[in-house]
Formats: sequence, C-alpha cells, structure tokens
Amino acid sequence: MRGAIDYVSDSTNWQGADGLAARLGEHVQITVITVVIACVVALPIGLWLGHVGRGGALATNVSYIGRAAPTYAILVLLALAPAPFGSNQTSTVTALVLFAVPPILTNAYVGIRGVDPDAVDAAKGVGMTSWQVLRRVELPLAAPLVLAGMRVATTQVIATATIAALVAGGGLGRIITAGFARQDDAQLIAGSLFVATLALLAEGAFALGQRRSARAARPI
Amino acid sequence: MSRNDWICPLYVTQRSEQLMGAFTEHLSITLVAVLAGVVFALPVAVLARRSAWLSTGVVSVGTIVYTIPSVALFSLIYAFSGLSPTTVTIGLALYSLAILLSNTLDGLAAVPADAVDAARGMGYGPWRLLVAVELPLALPTILAGVRIATVSTVALVTVGTVVGFGGFGDLIATGFRANFKAEVLTASVATVLLALVLDGVLLAVQRIATPWSRRRSA
Repeated sequence: MRGAIDYVSDSTNWQGADGLAARLGEHVQITVITVVIACVVALPIGLWLGHVGRGGALATNVSYIGRAAPTYAILVLLALAPAPFGSNQTSTVTALVLFAVPPILTNAYVGIRGVDPDAVDAAKGVGMTSWQVLRRVELPLAAPLVLAGMRVATTQVIATATIAALVAGGGLGRIITAGFARQDDAQLIAGSLFVATLALLAEGAFALGQRRSARAARPI
Repeated sequence: MSRNDWICPLYVTQRSEQLMGAFTEHLSITLVAVLAGVVFALPVAVLARRSAWLSTGVVSVGTIVYTIPSVALFSLIYAFSGLSPTTVTIGLALYSLAILLSNTLDGLAAVPADAVDAARGMGYGPWRLLVAVELPLALPTILAGVRIATVSTVALVTVGTVVGFGGFGDLIATGFRANFKAEVLTASVATVLLALVLDGVLLAVQRIATPWSRRRSA
C-alpha cells in the first residue's frame, strides 16, 4: 500500500504514453465513446418497445445474455477475427458497446412499461400525440430507471475496458498488466486503485443524477 | 483450399486432458465462490434486516464491492494471496456475496406480513419462524440471486487468467498468444455452455424446491 502511494506520488509515473495520465485519459475516452454509441443504439429501441408495449421477452433476454457472455472471451475472439476486427480499437469498442447495450435497453423498456397507465391515459385524454406522451410524460417518469441502465452500462464498460488491456486495448488496465509483467506490486496496486476509483466515481455521479431525476418525477 | 482455423475437432480430442483440467478448475472456482457467497449472505442478511439503517449499509457496501472492476479486484487480492486460485475465488465470492445480500434482503422483506402473523399466532418462535416460514417464502428470490451470481461468476472466472487461474480463460489466453483460434473458440463456447448448464440445474432446483410457485403460475 505504501508502495502504491509512492508510485502515484512520483511524477515520472504520470508522464509518457504509458504513464498514469495518458492511460487514465484513454480509459475515460473509450468509456465515454462507448456509452454514447450504446445509448444511441439502445435507447430508441428500448424506449420505443416500452412505449408500444411489445418485445418484453427480447428486452429481458438481451440482459440475460449480456450477463452470461464472458467479456474476456468476446474481446479475444474479436481480436482474432478478420478485418475490420483484429488487435485494434475497432474490436475493443465493438465488444464494449455489445456489453453496454443490454442494461440500457432493458432498463429503458422496464422504465417506460412501469409508468402509471393513468398518467398515460390522462395525457392522451388531453390530446397529446403518441410522441408527446413519450417525450413529456413517459420519459420524465421513467428517467430514474433509464439512468440506472446507463449507470450499470458505464460501470460495466469501465470494468470491461480494463479487461481489454489483457488483449488489445489501452487504458488503466495496461498499468496493471505492466505491473504484473514487471512484478512491480506498487504499480499494479496503484493501477487497480485508479480503476476502482474511476468506477466508483462514475457510479456515484449516476446515483446522484438518478436521485435528482427521481425527485423531479415524483408526483406533486 | 480454405482452411477453417476456428473449428478443430482434433483439438478437442487431442487436448481433452487440458480441457478437462480447465473445466475442473473453472467449475470448482465457481462452486466454491458462489457457495461462500450463500454461506455469508444468509446470516448477514438475517441480522442486517432488523434495522433499515443496517440493511441499507450492507447493500451499499455490496454495491461498492460489485462496482470494482474484476481485474482491479483480483489484482488487489493478489497483493495478499499471490498467484493462486484462492485469489480468484475470494474475488468472485465477494461479487456473489454482493448479489446475494441484496436478493436475500429483498426476499425476506417481501414475505407477507399475514404469513408472519399467522405463524406467530400459532406460537412459532423467531428461529422456527425464520426457518419454516420466512426463508421458504423468500426462497424464489434468493434462488434467483444464486442463478444470477452463478452465471456471472462462470463468465468472470475467465478473467482470473490475470493471476494465472482462469479455468477456460487460461486456454483463451494461451490460444490468443499463439494465435490458435480453435483453442480460443472451444474454450469460449465451453464457458458459455458451463453457464447455461449450471443455470439449467439451478432452475430445476428452484422448481423442485418451490413447488407452490409453480402451481400458482400453472
């Protein structure tokens, strides 16, 4: 532990392409890119399925498959697959998106389905169009659950991006694998603490957003 | 002639010993981790549910542990227990514990108050109430947690290869380094199959152990 603190305190360990700063930047960057792509793919599908009340089996099975799929195996399989995959960024991003989609899709679906039917009926009664019902009534009321899905996806991506370092990816996982390779316990503990802190910060930020949106969605 | 690098029956027959070794390691790490999760989760949940403050605290600690990425968790435990299957098992037991704690607390909280009152009225003491009424009624939720924990543990054992004990994950790692695609695909499929088989077994256990829930849904 002392060693890890010394490691982080030493400014030389922050510099360079394989330093803490660069690896942290890579990790945050790939996480943001992946979660954004996954939201673009999964949110419209999940929200729409919830809105029209169809595809419940799909929405729940997708999350089951997501949980059972071994992330490490998928990362390696994509790294060995022919172009455009292989040991490159495309493979890493593809794998991460695959694992970020299920929680976002399922929670969006469940969130919309869970909206009080009375509220939806009332909205229809005052003459809102289907789109307005979704935008102005269902989405705000489902927001806490939709955010919960994004929160699970984000922590999942941060974790899987760490595993990607065992295969082809960059990011903080490389600090850990380099620590193992050099048998430098201080380095691998420092890397692990960085990854854990990053995941917990993301979790905390989403938890806060969730609480806010839940307060906003509460009936007056 | 184009050769298929991915599927190789010869690999499965010639390296069956290696595959069996990986299978045994994968299965034993999974079983010990999930079992340890159950053994710790039950008493902790039973004690923690007495106070809202305590149960929130227990679930929060579980969430924090569950949020720590597997590579980081294994590496942190490695600092204490070194390159050993114990390192992987402890990490996965902690994840299972986190899942099972929240499911057990949910299950116990959802026991109908009527059932508890009726049992009390019949003179059940707290211990008998727990064992004969509350735990059986919470069993479907607890077993659902066991299924989730088992399936995700099977998937995560592969990451244990970071400390050299990842069951099929070790074969995936060596296959990747040697660009031996058949080994990677075989081990990957075997991992998924193991998860599906264990999940099926647990589903059967769930049906047998809670016949009342099946009758209700039928």
